[in-house]
Amino acid sequence: MITTRQRRFPWRFLTLLVGAFIFLFPFYYMLIGSLQTEPDPTVRGAFPEPGNLTGENYVEIDKAIDLGKSLLNSGIFTGGVILGTMVFGVLAGYALARLQFRGRGVVFGLMLLVQVVPFQLLTIPLYVMIVRSYGLADSYLGMIAPFAINSVAVFIFRQYFLQLPQELFDAARIDGASELNTLWRIAIPLVRPALLTGVLVTFIGPWNEFLWPFLITKQQDLQPLAVSLSNYLTTVASRAANPFGAVLAGACVLAAPAVALFIAFQRQFISSSLESGVKG
Amino acid sequence: MSRRLTTTSPPAGGARPAGRRGLLSTVLGEQPIGSAFVTPYLVFLAAIFAYPLAFAVYMSFHDYFFTAPGAIVDRPFVGFDNYVTVLSDPAVRRSFLNVAIFLVINVPLTVIMSLVLAYALNAAIRWRTFFRVSYYVPYVAASVAVVGVWLFLFNENGLVNTVLGPLAPNPSWLVNSSLAMPTIAIYVTWKQLGFFILLYLAALQNVSKDLYEAASMDGAGRFKSFWNVTVPGVRPATTLVVLLATVTGANLFTEPYLLTGGGGPNGASASPVLVMYQKGIEQGNPDIGSAIGVLLVLGVLLLALIERRFVSREDR
Repeated sequence: MITTRQRRFPWRFLTLLVGAFIFLFPFYYMLIGSLQTEPDPTVRGAFPEPGNLTGENYVEIDKAIDLGKSLLNSGIFTGGVILGTMVFGVLAGYALARLQFRGRGVVFGLMLLVQVVPFQLLTIPLYVMIVRSYGLADSYLGMIAPFAINSVAVFIFRQYFLQLPQELFDAARIDGASELNTLWRIAIPLVRPALLTGVLVTFIGPWNEFLWPFLITKQQDLQPLAVSLSNYLTTVASRAANPFGAVLAGACVLAAPAVALFIAFQRQFISSSLESGVKG
Repeated sequence: MSRRLTTTSPPAGGARPAGRRGLLSTVLGEQPIGSAFVTPYLVFLAAIFAYPLAFAVYMSFHDYFFTAPGAIVDRPFVGFDNYVTVLSDPAVRRSFLNVAIFLVINVPLTVIMSLVLAYALNAAIRWRTFFRVSYYVPYVAASVAVVGVWLFLFNENGLVNTVLGPLAPNPSWLVNSSLAMPTIAIYVTWKQLGFFILLYLAALQNVSKDLYEAASMDGAGRFKSFWNVTVPGVRPATTLVVLLATVTGANLFTEPYLLTGGGGPNGASASPVLVMYQKGIEQGNPDIGSAIGVLLVLGVLLLALIERRFVSREDR
């Protein structure tokens, strides 16, 4: 099937191994650094040393930015986006795949177009609109609005709904089922993997987003973790006892949910990226 | 994975047996309720993409400033004044030069590294899932978190300089005006590579195995068949990778803001989005910020067209 040249010197395997080291080492180092009493930038510091291990950095960062509250804010922000995408995105994806209506081609074209518009460039007008005109600064709604429906997820939903056999839908229509009923009772149960993929793809957007929540949340008790951690990094860190340790502790807490979710569901992630890659 | 790809290719979209056709269904389509289903999404696109885009262009041609909500003020049309201000500002020009430096390093490196790693990964090899996952981890982790560890690695007395010893650059990576931008470019390459590897992996499934066999029959070595079969075979994916890498580069904000402390040293790593934020929001000139944004979009479009010609040149 695929050309394999395993008999010779394993260049392929070695290349991959070096690659994996380069990709994973910073994460390992993040974890080690977050557990060190004293930051140790020597090569020895890359290995765990029982005398130099502590959980103190996590306490320190929690005192400075209230990890619980920050995580909750990240969760609400991300949850709101996922909810919007799962409700309105699924509806749009289903209509684009399965319903004949005027303007379908236009909507499909827009969905693809939106994916190449650099979002950061809309920052200024969105800021003026949401913060200045609608007064939604320091609110969850303002945070969620620009991300409310993830277009990549809409695309993925459409691809999955397209794969269902047409007979199912014809039969439902003959039975007089409404489209909403057909979607809820027939189509959605058959595309459960797509829903999981949609959640995963949508999750990393708001969870990792920095610029937008940074712009619109000035109150610390509303800031998602990415924002409060970066504020800690740029302002407080210089005054802390072990600034690197505390920053890395916060970094572990921020990175862990996304990385864990991805490892747990890596099959869904990879196949979805592959499919949108081939067809997008 | 290749199995999954073949089983999930979709049937022709929307093809359906001809049903009863009234006048209404020819005008509105067979299931006009579809319009209702996409309405929330359309409203979202209009409010979050179309309107802000038009609004940005409007602001860039007017003397626009922040006011209290509901206040009615005169915002005169000023023609290209904002653009003249922007283009004669050395900080803005420097940021566009910086993004050019970024792209010159990031785009070729991304294409080469992701294609090579995807090619290496596209075989029956031990630990394949482990490799695939490990390449994707930086892509799914928050940049704010990963920047923290890069600061630790690349600072004056960080691990990288310790390992390099006398070879360590002076001043160090992130505070050196000729190394700050290249370091950011390498960081972003590393961070995004996993995503592009997956794109190439998918594209490699479409390269016909017969071509490899024909090449090896002709006595082509491994490098030759890579160059003559793989590289042309994935050219459409390369076009996509180059385009997406360019868009990512144009969007650069978090990295110069955090990694080099706000585009330092002395603006040597400031990106256009960072300058747009500083001028538009920090200093309260949304009209200037919008002009930078519009120029950046035009720049990206122009670049995308040039790259498209360049990358797919041998197709014509």
